[in-house]
Amino acid sequence: MNIYLTIFLYILFGLISGVFGGLGMGGGTILIPMLTIFLGMEQKLCQGINLVSFLVMALFSLIIHYRHGYIVTKGVWFIEISGVIFSILGACLAAISSTSVLRMAFGIFLCVLAIIQGIIYLKNNK
Amino acid sequence: MSRTKTDNKEQNKTSRCRSKKSAETKNNVDIDGKRKFALMFCGAIIGFLNGFFGGGGGMVCVPLLQKVLMLDAKHSHATAILVIFPLSLISAAIYIFNGFIDSFPLLTVGLGVVVGGVIGAFALKFLPPKILRLIFAIIMFIGGIKLIL
Repeated sequence: MNIYLTIFLYILFGLISGVFGGLGMGGGTILIPMLTIFLGMEQKLCQGINLVSFLVMALFSLIIHYRHGYIVTKGVWFIEISGVIFSILGACLAAISSTSVLRMAFGIFLCVLAIIQGIIYLKNNK
Repeated sequence: MSRTKTDNKEQNKTSRCRSKKSAETKNNVDIDGKRKFALMFCGAIIGFLNGFFGGGGGMVCVPLLQKVLMLDAKHSHATAILVIFPLSLISAAIYIFNGFIDSFPLLTVGLGVVVGGVIGAFALKFLPPKILRLIFAIIMFIGGIKLIL
């Protein structure tokens, strides 16, 4: 593929997922499939890129959200205690899993998330 | 003229402070044992998913914050970013340590993500309508099917 087109698509996909990420709607859940399906990038590489770019993006959006008064810290510590331990476990498991298994699992994860979102949508519109 | 301008600014400041206060008072749920357990249990799931899939923890986190901490949609979306930040930091370190990173796509994709993130953060004031979420879910579903096949 043309190098300029690749750069353009990288930035465009990043931009789209960044908007959703900044909204707190899950940027990575669309960035990773976009990169793997349209650009044929390796699953693990996409996940690593998503994590690192999320960190930088989160710094900026957290400052903005804090200024708008949308950040709540009460009770968050309890999520972090177990979350940190299990994220280490998850990341280590991803490192030793094969790409095809990870890709398949990610596909199922996306479908389940989509179905849950759909159910919430239907419930709220009853 | 200049005085009215500064007055306006001060008013803005006070309204900003007010919104901060309302955020604190909104979350006056008593965190009892049951809630602590729910938070820690869901934290484990969010952490594992976010580490294993390198993302998506925020989407699982939003309903948790709404149900357990009784936050409204805007506060829970913003706070979800705060929740998954430390989890992503640790996962990212493990991914980098294992070499799952490439500097060229990282810099270009990252540039897009950061610019988009700032736009998205400002856009939270005008939270997207529910129909957009449904479209988002449908795109996710198609992407998921494509990855499975």
